[in-house]
Amino acid sequence: MLTVRINDTDYQTDVTPDTPLLWVLRDVLGLTGTKFGCGIAECGACTVHVDGKAVRACSLPVGLLNGRPVTTIEGIGSDPLGQAVQMAWMEIDVVQCGYCQPGQIMSAIALLRDNPHPTDADIDAAMSGNICRCGTYLRIRQAIHNAAGLIT
Amino acid sequence: MRPFPLFAAMACMTLAAGQSARAAAADPTDPGLVTRGQYLARLADCEACHTAPGGPSFAGGRAFALPGMGTLYASNITPDAQNGIGAWSDEQFVRAVREGVSPGWKHLYPAMPYQDYARMTPDEVRAIRAYLATVKPVARRPPENKVRFPFSIRAVMIGWNLFNGPASSYPDDPARSAAWNRGRWLVEGPGHCAECHSPRNLTMGVSQSHTYAGAVTAGWMAYNLSSDLHDGLGSWSDDALSAYLTTGHADGHGTAAGPMAEVISYSLRFMTPSDRMAMITYLRSLTPQSSAPSRDASREQASVTLAQGAALFAGACAGCHLTTGAGRQVDFATITGAHSLKDPDGHNLIQVMLEGSRLETDQGAINMPRFGAGYSDQDLADIAAYTLVTLGKTQPAFNENAVRDGRQRSE
Amino acid sequence: MRLPVTAPTSRRHFLTAATGLVVAGLLPRHRAFGRPSEFYQGPLVGETKSPFAPNAYIRIAPSRVAGDSGITLILPNVEMGQGIYTGAVTLIAEELEVEPDQVNLEAAPPDDAYVAADMGTQATGGSTSTIFEWTTLRQAGAAARLMLVQAAAGQWGCPVSDCTTRQGQVFHTPSGRSIAYADLAADAAKLSPPKDIPLKTAKDWTLIGRSRHRLDSRAKVEGQPLFGIDIRVPDMKHATVAACPVMGGTVGGIDRDAALRTPGVHAVLMIDNAVCVVADHYWAAKKGLDALAVTWNEGTNASVDTQRIYRELHDGLSEPKPVVAKSTSDATAAMARAATRYEATYQQPLLAHSPMEPVNCAIHIRPDGADVWVGTQVPMWARDSVADIAGLPKNRVQLHCQYIGGGFGRRLEYEYVTQAAQFAKQVPYPLKIVWSREEDLTLDRFRPAYVDHVRAGLDARGRIESMEFRVIGPAVVARWEPAGLSPDGFDEDLAAAISITPYTWPASRLDYVRREAPGVVTAWWRGVGGTRGLFVVESFIDELALRAGADPVAYRRELIREQPRARVVLDLAAEKSGWGTPLPKGHGRGVAVQFLFGSYLGTVIEVDMTEPAQVRIVHVTVAVDCGQPVNPDQIRAQIEGGMIFGLGTALFNEITLSNGRVQEDNFNLWRIMRMNEAPPVDIHIVASTETPGGIGETGTAAAAPALANAIAAASGRRLRTLPLLPGLESA
Repeated sequence: MLTVRINDTDYQTDVTPDTPLLWVLRDVLGLTGTKFGCGIAECGACTVHVDGKAVRACSLPVGLLNGRPVTTIEGIGSDPLGQAVQMAWMEIDVVQCGYCQPGQIMSAIALLRDNPHPTDADIDAAMSGNICRCGTYLRIRQAIHNAAGLIT
Repeated sequence: MRPFPLFAAMACMTLAAGQSARAAAADPTDPGLVTRGQYLARLADCEACHTAPGGPSFAGGRAFALPGMGTLYASNITPDAQNGIGAWSDEQFVRAVREGVSPGWKHLYPAMPYQDYARMTPDEVRAIRAYLATVKPVARRPPENKVRFPFSIRAVMIGWNLFNGPASSYPDDPARSAAWNRGRWLVEGPGHCAECHSPRNLTMGVSQSHTYAGAVTAGWMAYNLSSDLHDGLGSWSDDALSAYLTTGHADGHGTAAGPMAEVISYSLRFMTPSDRMAMITYLRSLTPQSSAPSRDASREQASVTLAQGAALFAGACAGCHLTTGAGRQVDFATITGAHSLKDPDGHNLIQVMLEGSRLETDQGAINMPRFGAGYSDQDLADIAAYTLVTLGKTQPAFNENAVRDGRQRSE
Repeated sequence: MRLPVTAPTSRRHFLTAATGLVVAGLLPRHRAFGRPSEFYQGPLVGETKSPFAPNAYIRIAPSRVAGDSGITLILPNVEMGQGIYTGAVTLIAEELEVEPDQVNLEAAPPDDAYVAADMGTQATGGSTSTIFEWTTLRQAGAAARLMLVQAAAGQWGCPVSDCTTRQGQVFHTPSGRSIAYADLAADAAKLSPPKDIPLKTAKDWTLIGRSRHRLDSRAKVEGQPLFGIDIRVPDMKHATVAACPVMGGTVGGIDRDAALRTPGVHAVLMIDNAVCVVADHYWAAKKGLDALAVTWNEGTNASVDTQRIYRELHDGLSEPKPVVAKSTSDATAAMARAATRYEATYQQPLLAHSPMEPVNCAIHIRPDGADVWVGTQVPMWARDSVADIAGLPKNRVQLHCQYIGGGFGRRLEYEYVTQAAQFAKQVPYPLKIVWSREEDLTLDRFRPAYVDHVRAGLDARGRIESMEFRVIGPAVVARWEPAGLSPDGFDEDLAAAISITPYTWPASRLDYVRREAPGVVTAWWRGVGGTRGLFVVESFIDELALRAGADPVAYRRELIREQPRARVVLDLAAEKSGWGTPLPKGHGRGVAVQFLFGSYLGTVIEVDMTEPAQVRIVHVTVAVDCGQPVNPDQIRAQIEGGMIFGLGTALFNEITLSNGRVQEDNFNLWRIMRMNEAPPVDIHIVASTETPGGIGETGTAAAAPALANAIAAASGRRLRTLPLLPGLESA
C-alpha cells in the first residue's frame, strides 16, 4: 500500500509503484482534470505540483513520490495565486478546446510562485514544454502577465 | 537495428538449429542451481543482447551492425528445441560460452565475449544453462546473419582467436583481498567491462593490458574506469559508485544512458551488496590512465547557435530536465555533473538525443525518448552545444556534422 | 484502494444522464473541487419533461431549482475549441431575449433534426457551423419568443404589443408586471409555431457583434470533467488497444498469459486487426498490452514507404487521361497563344491531426441497448456504427456527445467508435478505451499527400492569360461520403482556392488525377481543400509576381480587381504590416490573399532568416472580412490559433512510412510549434454586414503560403515542398 497526499488529503492505493501518478489521479481517484497527452513528458498536459513545483505526472512513478504532497488543478483554486491565474485565464478567454489548459495553468502558477513578475523570455522558457495544439500561446503569455499584475 | 562494434560485449551469434547432439541438460529442478544460474546470467548480462526490442526475453533477434563486417542477429537461447538451445548438451553450451565454438564446430563471432566468459568455471556456466532451461521456450528463429566476406567464413575466427583468444579462469591472487579477487572476476569475467571500456588493438581485440582508459563504440563513449582523478573514477565516492551501480544514477554524476543503461537494467542492479563492493574494490585498484584526447581535429569549427539551442531545449528537453538540468519529475533526469556534459565532443549527449535511452529501475522503466527523426542535425547540435555550455561549462568541439555521423551510426 | 471520502454513486444520476447527457459549461456552481469526483455525467438540470419544446434547439420547463432559468438550449454542432457553443447560444439568445449565462446547454443527440443539408449528415466540420446556424438558430430563438409573448398576453388578457421581453422574462409594459419564461412554458406549449418569424435588425442586437466571454472558459480552467476521456460510469473498466501498425494487417500471435499475469489486468480481447487489454486503470492495461508481445501478419502493405507514395503522385503528372473538373471553353486556345508560359510543381505531405486529447471512447453494450460517451464530429454515423456492430436498433443506442479536446478533422472519422464497439460487445461491463499517443498518431487517418502542377500562359507583359491546374492525390470524399464524388470522379473539395478564389482567371482549366495512397487511410484535416490549394495557388502567384518584377501585393491587387472584399483585406493587411517599408537585413515579408469558407483573408508574414537554415517568424498580420462578426474576440482567437497550427505544420510536419509503418509516433518526433516559436499575430476585422462566413480554418490555410513567400523574399529561395524546414536544411 502506498500513501499519496493529494490536495491536502491522504489516500492509500495498492497500485504497483511504477504506476505514473497521472493514472492514480485520473483512473484510481477520479481526478480527471489532469490530462493525458503523450505519456513521455513532451507535452505538459499532465502537469501537477509536487512540493509546489510543476512536474509531469505521466512520467512520475508514484513509488518515487516519497510522501511529497501533490496539488492538482482541482485543488489549486483554493490557493490565492492559483485563483488569480484561473481568473486571468477567464478574463481574456485563453481556452479553445481546453484540453491542455489545466497543465498550462499549473505550469504558469509554478512559474509565478518562483518569479512573480516574469518577462516574456521567462515565460517562454517556463512554458514551452507545454504544447497547445489549438495555438493559444499568445493568450497564455498575456494571461500570465495579467496574473502577475494581480499579485501584490 | 542497433549498431555495435565488433567484439563489443554482445550477442551469442550461433546457429542453433538442426543439432544432432543429445541434450543432457543440467538438472533444472535443482532450485539452488537455477537461482545461482540466474544470478550468473545477470552478471553476464545475457538478456540484454539476446532479446530483440519489444520481443520475448532470451529469444534473440536483436540486430548488431558491425562496421565493415555486416549485421549479426543475437541467437535464441531459450529452451526451444528447434530455434533455441533446447537440444544442446551442457557441454556444448559450456564450450560455446567459454570458447566461442558452438555445436557443429561453428566458431562464434566474438560479438559474444567468450574470451571474458572463459573466466567463469565450467560449473558456473552450467548453472547459467540450468537457469536458461527454466525460461519460457520461444519458437522464434532470429534472422540469418548478414556477414561480408571474409568474415562469412567462420574459420577466420580461429585465426582471430590465436591473437585474442579465450583466456581461462585464473587463480586468485593471494596477495590481494578476497574482495579484490572477486571484483576482478566480476569485471574481467562475466561483467566483460573491458569490451567497451578499454581501447582496442589492431585486430579489434580488446587490448590485453585492459587499460580501462575509455573508448568510443558506435558513437557511445564508454568512460574511463581507471582511478584517474580527472578522467576516471578517482573523484567518485564509494557511495556514488554504489548508487550508480545499483540504480543507474548517482547525484552529481548523472544517469546511465544508452548501452550502460542496459547493463544497469539487466545486470548490475541485481548484484548483491558484497559483489557491488567487490567490484568497486577492484575498480579502485585500476592504474590511473588519462583518456585519449577525444577531440577529432578533422571536424570543422563548431557552428552552433546557442540561442536556438536554448529555445529548443526549453521546448523539447525541459519537460524532464528543467532548464537547469535538474530532474523535474525524477532524480534520474538530473543531468548536472554528468560525464557526458564535460565531453567536448558531445558523444553521448548527441547519441542519447538521437537514440533515446531506457533504464529499468525498481519503480519501473525510466525512458528518454529519441529525438533523432524529429529534429535536424543543426537543431540537435544546437541543443547539445547549449547543454554543454550552460550545464557542463564546457566548450563544444563539434558541429552539426557530428550529429549527422551519429545519425548514420544509429540508422 | 480505500478512499477517505466516499462518493456514493447515484444510480439515478447515471440513468438520467444515460437518456440525455447534459453538458456542463455554463454552470460553474455545481462542482466541489479537490476531492475525487463523483461518477461524472455532467450537471443535471432535472428530470422534468419539458412541456415547451418549440423546435430542436430550445426546451423550456418550469424550474424546480433556485437560480435555474429552466431554459435549455440544444446545440447542433459539437464544441472542440472553436467556440461554437458560445456562438450558437449567442444567436439563439439574441432572438430569444435571454442572457447567455442564464441557460443550460445540451449537446444535440444524433437526430435527423440536426442534419445540415450540405454535409449529408449531422456533422461539425468545414467551418460550416456559423454559416449553418446563422439563420436557423436566430429563427429558432425568435419563434420561441413569439410564442412565449403570446402565452403571456393570453394570461394577462392584453394585446401582444403591450409585451416586451428581456433576460428570460416577458414584461407587461403598462403595469410593469413580468412572468419568467419557465412559468409560461405550459401555456406556450399549447400554441402553434408562428409562420412568419421576423428577426431583429442589426441595430437592435445586444449580443451579436460584440466580444463576449466563452461560456466554457470556467469549466475548462477548473479542469472539470468535460471530455470523452474524462467519463466515468459505474462498474466501468479501463482499456487500451493496439491495432496492426501496418494498414490491412491482422493479429498474429499474442502471449495472453503474460498479459493476464500483469497486476490489474482483467481481460484480453481480440478482433481481426487489433487487441485490447482491459484493466483497473490505463497503466495496468498499457503494461498488459506490452506483455502481450503481439506479432502481426502485416500483409501486403508492409512494403509501403513514403517515397513510393510520392513517386505514384509524381507519376500522375504524365497521366494522359485526367478528370477534367473545370474548364473554360477557351482554356486550351488561350494557353496556346500565350507569349510565354511558366510552370511549377508543388508537393505536400501526409499529415496527422494529433489533437491533444488522444482518441478514446467509453461504451457499454448490453443485450437490450447501448450507451456511448464519445467526442465525435459525426454523431449519427458513430451511433449507427455501434448499432450495426451490437446488432441493436438505432433507437436503442444512446450516444452522448462530449466536448472534444481538439478535432481538426480527426473526429470526422468514427472508426475508433466502431473498434470500441467490437471490443465492448465481448464484455458485460462498460469499457473506456483510451489510445496511447503512439496509437493515436500512427493509426491516425491522415491528410493526404498531394502533388500539384500549375502552368500559366502569360502575355508579353507577364500578365496571366490562362491557367492550368493539375491536382494529383486521393479523393477523401469518395470514402467519407461517396455520394459527394462527382459522376466523373472529382472531389469538389480539391477546387478550393483554385476555382473558388478571389482571382479572376481570364481562362482556366482544372484537371484531376486520382491517386489513392497505399498503406494509409486519408481523411479531412483542418482547412481541408483550402489549406491544400492555397499553398499551391498563392505560392505560384507569388512566383509569377516576382518573375514579372512586380510587387507581390500590387500584382495580386490587379488580379482581384473585381472582388472589392478581397481588395479591402489585402490592402488592410499590407497597410497594417508596413508592407513596402524597409526591413533589417535577412528579413522578408510574404503575402497571401484568400476566399475560403465564405470569408476573406489577407495575410502578411515577416520572417528573419539571418541564420540561413532557420526561420524565425517575426510577425503575422491578418485582415479578415468574415461577414457579420458574431463574436469578434473569438474570431481573433480562431485566427491566432489556426495560424499557429498552420505555421508549425508548414515548418515541421510530415508523416512518413517505412515498411508500412508510420514513423512519427509521439511529440518527440512529431514536432508541434511551441510558445517560444509562436509569433505575435495581429488581427484586423473588417466591419461587415454580409452573411457570416466560417473562420476556424482560415488562418491555417493562410499560414503555409504566406510563410513560403516570406522565406522566398528573405532568402531568395522558393520552396515548393512542404514541410519547409527540411528544404532549407538540404541547401
